[in-house]
Amino acid sequence: MTKRFGSFVAVDRADFAIGRGEFFAMLGPSGCGKTTTLRMIAGFETPTEGVVRLEGADVSRVPPYRRNVNTVFQHYALFPHMSVWDNVAFGPRSRKVPSDEVKRRVGELLEIVRLSDFAKRRPSQLSGGQQQRVALARALVNYPAALLLDEPLGALDLKLRQAMQIELKRIQREVGITFVFVTHDQEEALTMSDRIAVMNEGRVEQIGAPREIYDEPRSVFVAGFIGSANLLPATVTGPGGEVEVGGQRLPVPAAGGDPRSGDHAVLMVRPERVRVLVDAPANGHVGVRCTVTDLVFQGPVVRVALAAPDGSPVVAHVGAADRLPFLRPGDQVWAGWEPDAARLLPARTAAPSVPDPHPEEVR
Amino acid sequence: MEREPAPGVKRGRFAPYGLLAPGVLWLALFFLVPLATLLRMSLSSKANRFDFEPDFTWEWSNYSDAITEFGEQFRRSFAYAGIATVLCILIGYPLAYVIAFRGGRYRNLLLGLVVVPFFTSYLIRTFAWRTLLADEGPVVSLLQDVGVLADGGRLLATSWAVIGGLTYNFLPFMVLPIYVALEKIDVRLVDAARDLYSNGWRAFRKVVLPLSLPGVFAGSLLTFIPASGDFVNAQFLGGPNHTMIGNVVQNQFLVQLDYPTAAALGFILMTIITVAVLVYARILGTEELV
Repeated sequence: MTKRFGSFVAVDRADFAIGRGEFFAMLGPSGCGKTTTLRMIAGFETPTEGVVRLEGADVSRVPPYRRNVNTVFQHYALFPHMSVWDNVAFGPRSRKVPSDEVKRRVGELLEIVRLSDFAKRRPSQLSGGQQQRVALARALVNYPAALLLDEPLGALDLKLRQAMQIELKRIQREVGITFVFVTHDQEEALTMSDRIAVMNEGRVEQIGAPREIYDEPRSVFVAGFIGSANLLPATVTGPGGEVEVGGQRLPVPAAGGDPRSGDHAVLMVRPERVRVLVDAPANGHVGVRCTVTDLVFQGPVVRVALAAPDGSPVVAHVGAADRLPFLRPGDQVWAGWEPDAARLLPARTAAPSVPDPHPEEVR
Repeated sequence: MEREPAPGVKRGRFAPYGLLAPGVLWLALFFLVPLATLLRMSLSSKANRFDFEPDFTWEWSNYSDAITEFGEQFRRSFAYAGIATVLCILIGYPLAYVIAFRGGRYRNLLLGLVVVPFFTSYLIRTFAWRTLLADEGPVVSLLQDVGVLADGGRLLATSWAVIGGLTYNFLPFMVLPIYVALEKIDVRLVDAARDLYSNGWRAFRKVVLPLSLPGVFAGSLLTFIPASGDFVNAQFLGGPNHTMIGNVVQNQFLVQLDYPTAAALGFILMTIITVAVLVYARILGTEELV
């Protein structure tokens, strides 16, 4: 489906299917169209082109109150004038569910989100995490075909966010409902989802399991947005997957797209796969000659910043188990890796290295 | 061990009282003292018709006499004010709703238009209604032409003219507080209600309306209280059978010069309004406002 606001294309031909019971994430920087996509699934926006199918039926033009999906809003949007209990009961009551059935369901859901003791409170009397769980219960109590979550953990602090990630996973397993959630936080997406759709500028760049997205990104954007990545400008030199990086010829087994000799490309290696070597790489390792520019002790790892001969930065995360030679800025070393740790990506505009921490979605 | 408070803290303890003093003094001088004087007057008795300095004699009969004599005007006042308040809600709520939710970039302009009548004096505006509703005036002729009003029927000097004037004059006092209450409502709550299987009407009824009730309450007070004590509309737009309690008080004070009766009428009016407001607050569930 496609959504345009005037001449602005918010979502550009997004086309994917989400399986029943799946935990599906839409990940991207602010303004990438993920929230608009979610709102089209919820029914708050109508696609300019294309259709939304829910359990096989075209619901593109069905209003939200007749769609069997429910949303957990970014700032929860709990009804301030109602108790927790009445908030949760709102959906079933709208659907004219008999009152003893409402009572049973609300009780059950408050149990699941562990808020039974707070039923009589007003939302303003709850903490952020508790409000979040009320919002969850209020949506799940309707047993929707899919639950949509718009940056559900964005308003919580780090500790609570990590706790809620696990909590959300647990609840999802318990109720077995499809969760579709939108986030700009790649770590959150990796932690929780079965599959991730990475979006950029209205387009879906790649869909896959977290491991697949992380290990086998298909574009520079995906590589840069998920985790951190060393992106080295490379020139394809041989048909058998050989490239030239900083004057060195390196074999590359895995390649995205169909590189041809002479093409400009980008070689991607994750920092934790890079080893810092004093001598030229051996034992099947490959690598480039580098100059040490900086060393930062970060607790679990030492972050070694290097510069390749052409000046492009290379970062290595060296863990405690790897013996790190004594280094000082200016030392000549080798940055080495196993050949299968590298991936060749089609050259394109670089992704922002730091995702926007305070995204305000453009609607 | 007790710590010596910093000089700033010490001064801070008395500063609030200092800041309150002018207001308290003002209220005491110009509200409490006159109120006490009025109460005293309402319990005084005149030696004769021309006694302009009545003696304080605990004359409770002033109250009972006032109620017996002017009960009809009391009932009429509250009926007119009540109907005008209801009309103000019926007209003002949709108006405030449209400005708040559909006003877009014209919002401030529309709000300005609501307030524009205040640029002209209350008396002049009410007087202008006399021309509009006059027997040969445009409104009467139109209504007679379409047959709503019988030939020879009139609008001026009817209860509806008085109620209409009250409604017109107090409408902005209803629109503004309701607008403020509506404007504060997070529109995402409406999205949430629609997401939870409520159509537009139910979302309004269950979410928007309850959250805007404080505005309706405030607007009703600002309309009902001054309207029940109003005498201008009845004077200009009503006839002899449409006098309100405000007219009676004005007449007793300024024409009859019967201060004790007028004072007693004023106190009865205040008491009834206070009780009515409390009951209304209880019904609407907005006690925390009072």
